[in-house]
Order: sequence, then structure tokens, then C-alpha cells
Amino acid sequence: MSTPTGGSVATPRPFLTAVAWAWVIVPFGYGLYQLLIKIPALFGS
Amino acid sequence: MAVRYLDSSRIVAPACWSRWLVPPAALSVHLAIGQAYAWSVFKKPLETSLGISGVASALPFTLGIVMLGLSAALFGTRVDRNGPRWAMFISMCCFCSGFLISALGVSIRQYWLVVLGYGVVGGIGLGIGYISPVSTLIRWFPDRPGLATGIAIMGFGGGALIASPWSASMLIAFGATGTHADPVGIAKAFGIHGIVYAVFMSMGWLLIRVPADNWRPAGWIPALQPAGGLISDGDVSARNAIRTPQFWLLWVVLCFNVTAGIGILERAAPIYSDFFPRGTGLAAAAAGFVAILSLANMLGRFVWSSTSDLLGRKNIYRMYLGVGALLYLAVTLTTNSNKVVFLVCCLLILSFYGAGFATVPAYLRDLFGTYQVGAIHGRLLTAWSVAGVLGPLIVNAIADSRIAAGVTGPGRYTPSFSIMIGLLVIGFLCNEFIRPVNRRFYEPVPERASGEVVSAP
Repeated sequence: MSTPTGGSVATPRPFLTAVAWAWVIVPFGYGLYQLLIKIPALFGS
Repeated sequence: MAVRYLDSSRIVAPACWSRWLVPPAALSVHLAIGQAYAWSVFKKPLETSLGISGVASALPFTLGIVMLGLSAALFGTRVDRNGPRWAMFISMCCFCSGFLISALGVSIRQYWLVVLGYGVVGGIGLGIGYISPVSTLIRWFPDRPGLATGIAIMGFGGGALIASPWSASMLIAFGATGTHADPVGIAKAFGIHGIVYAVFMSMGWLLIRVPADNWRPAGWIPALQPAGGLISDGDVSARNAIRTPQFWLLWVVLCFNVTAGIGILERAAPIYSDFFPRGTGLAAAAAGFVAILSLANMLGRFVWSSTSDLLGRKNIYRMYLGVGALLYLAVTLTTNSNKVVFLVCCLLILSFYGAGFATVPAYLRDLFGTYQVGAIHGRLLTAWSVAGVLGPLIVNAIADSRIAAGVTGPGRYTPSFSIMIGLLVIGFLCNEFIRPVNRRFYEPVPERASGEVVSAP
């Protein structure tokens, strides 16, 4: 792994970034869905 | 060799590295250790299968939170010195070993192993994991520290959302629920948790990188940042930070903000049932109330912490504490006369509770610089441990005594809400007293590096 030198500009890593975010968003989405389906009961009656 | 692989000198990012790879690395740790708040799923199965009391079944969680505060305070300096990969790896080892030790304990009917494994060993993993990405995120996002730490700390709130339904469905599948819960089923569930979380957290320590010393985001010039009066232009060590009044004022601010949030969170379902006892499906409605509060707690961490980058840290804490006190006052005065007002107030209070956790690392960065912000954050988290005892103690003691006195409805909680108003006002005043850190606490300025590396945002 190299240490950067002056003047460099980052190039995006779209595939790695997409995989990394999917790794955390998919389980988070599952948890969020499980939570959201409980909320309608609060306004049910 | 393996230890060297974990050293921060081995994870200096190349120039092509995107800083947007750092938040998912942090989230993979925080979403995992946030499982701690879903411990209640295991309580009933443990009680029925091992014949233990409710107090005993809560012990691993309580001990885990105490160990979180202690290990964050004790290992904070080492986390800053060894870097985030080391910290995330150690956190994974401790957290997942805790599950495996617990699996062994349940399978051989030795409950003390569950307490030791999940509470002590796992609790150390919680503390190290909680602070592991904080200073790295702040260094990667010097222009938006509130946003960066807000994303990570939102993950800690989100961890229970994932774990709660997942663990419950696993216990059902292994026959570890009901009056004849199978201990082998619980042991299997613990074992699978340990393995799955190890895989999930591995993405964090494999992906995490630290920026080069002279790195800065493209277009960001430190000198042109809005110069809030509190933002230090020097660095303060963790040892010196705890000698400053600013640290202890912020300690009180965090402690009382957390205590006030726990005031509702601790007894959310009973509070709803006592405020609005009429109507069918009360249990489902109370569960919906708990769910919507969890959502507010989680979203508040991201939304308000990000907003603090625009408004300034002191102003946003004025809102958490000042508006929080007014919201508690509104609930105390209107009680159950208007359900919409009650819900809006509770949602905002819980969003401020979560935001208090998420914004504090950026506040510390403003006051003490980035040098040992992780270690300082670790020491500040002792305020959480104190609030974790103080909040439930106030609410439960008052509610229990009011119930024993025959009080019904909102009256069971209004005295404790009044105490929360008082605590928030004290926190507000402490926040007002926070001034810039005296320069005599600053570390000597290091020689400036010549080259400067610019990255795309």
C-alpha cells in the first residue's frame, strides 16, 4: 500500500463502494421493514 | 506479523481511495455491536430453560453496558495509537467470542459462562468497537464531522432493529421459545450469532483506511471554515482533556441528555398504555409506539448530527436541551388530552436523545482537535454508563411508588418528567458555560508536512 504524494486526485471505486454499502444497507433495510410494519397499529384505533 | 497487519501504518489510504468507503466499514461494526439492545429477545428463553430470575437474565446486558463505558475509557488511548483496524479486529474477537462462550455456557447449563461471555468479554468488544471508527471518520470528513459520526452512531441504534426480528425468528426455528425452551436451541442461536457477526464485522477491519497526514477533501480549505468561537486550532491530549472544565461540562451535558431520553425509552410501552388506555389492540399500539420511538432515536442520530455541521455544535445542543425541556413540559401539561401533541413531543425528545450521542464526537473534535479524539470520546462515554443507571432508576422508582399509591394514568409519570425538565435545564446551563479550551492545554505543534493530497469528496 502506498502513501500518496502531492497533487493526486481520487478516482472513484464504484463497484467496491456499491458492494460495501449493500453489505450494510441490505440487513439494515430488513430491520427497518420489520420495524415499520409495527407502526400502523399505533394509529389503528 | 499478524499484529503488524493490523497496525495503522499499514492502512494509510492510497490517493485513489474514496472516503465514502469508510462509513460502511464503520457501519459494519456499529450495526453488529448494536445487537446489545436486542438482548431482551434472549431473556425469556433463558429464564424458562435454565430456571433463572428476570434480574439474572438481564445481568449479561447490564454488565455489557457497564463494560462498554469502562473499556471505552480504558482502551481509548490504545485505540487511537494502534488505529481503527486493530480496534475493529479486537472488537470483533471479543464480541463474537462472547457469543461463543455463551453458547458453551447454555449447552452445559452453566449460566455464569453466559454472564462472563456476553457481559464481560462481549462488553469489552462493545466499548472498543463503539469508539473504533470515530477519530478515523472525523479525519476523513473534516468538513462534515457531524454527518460522518452521525452515520456510524446511527448504526448502533440500527443494530437492534436487525437483531431483534432475526434473533427471535432463529429462536423459534430452534424450538427455544415458550414454556419448554430448548437450551440446545439457545446455544445454537448464540453460536450462529457469533459466526455471522464475525463475518459481517470482518468487512469493517478489512476495508477501513486512514487518510495520509497531509490529506484533505477537494475544495476544503481549513482556514476558510466558519470560525465558530469554540473550534480549537490546536490539539489536546486525552490526559489533558480531562483536566479542562470543558470536558466535565460536556460530560454533564451528555449524561443529562441521555438520562432525559431514557426517561421515556425505559418504560415506553407502559407509558403509552397508561396515557391512552382506551381502544382495542392496546398491546399492538404500544408496540407501535416503541417502534416509532426507535425510528426517531435512529433518525435523530443522522439528521440532527448532520445539521450540527451547519448550525454549530453549541447551538444544536441548545436545541437538544432547551427544546427538549419545553417538549417534556408540553407532555407534562397536556398529558393525554391530545394524542398528536404527545406523539410529536415524544418523537422529538427521542430524536434529541439519539442525536446527543451522535453529535458529541464532533463537539469533542471542535474543542480538543483530532489528536486523541477517540480516547477523549471513550472517557466521555462514562457519562452514558452513569445515565444508564440514573435514568431507569428515576423513572422506575417514581412510577412504582405512584402505582403503589394507587395513582392511575399519566400521573404515574409526570413527577419523573418534571425531574427530566430540571436535568435538561442544568444540561442547558452547562452547555452555555462551555468556552474555547485554554491554549496551555494544547500539544506542541508538529512540523508541517510539505506535500498536500487532495481527494474527491
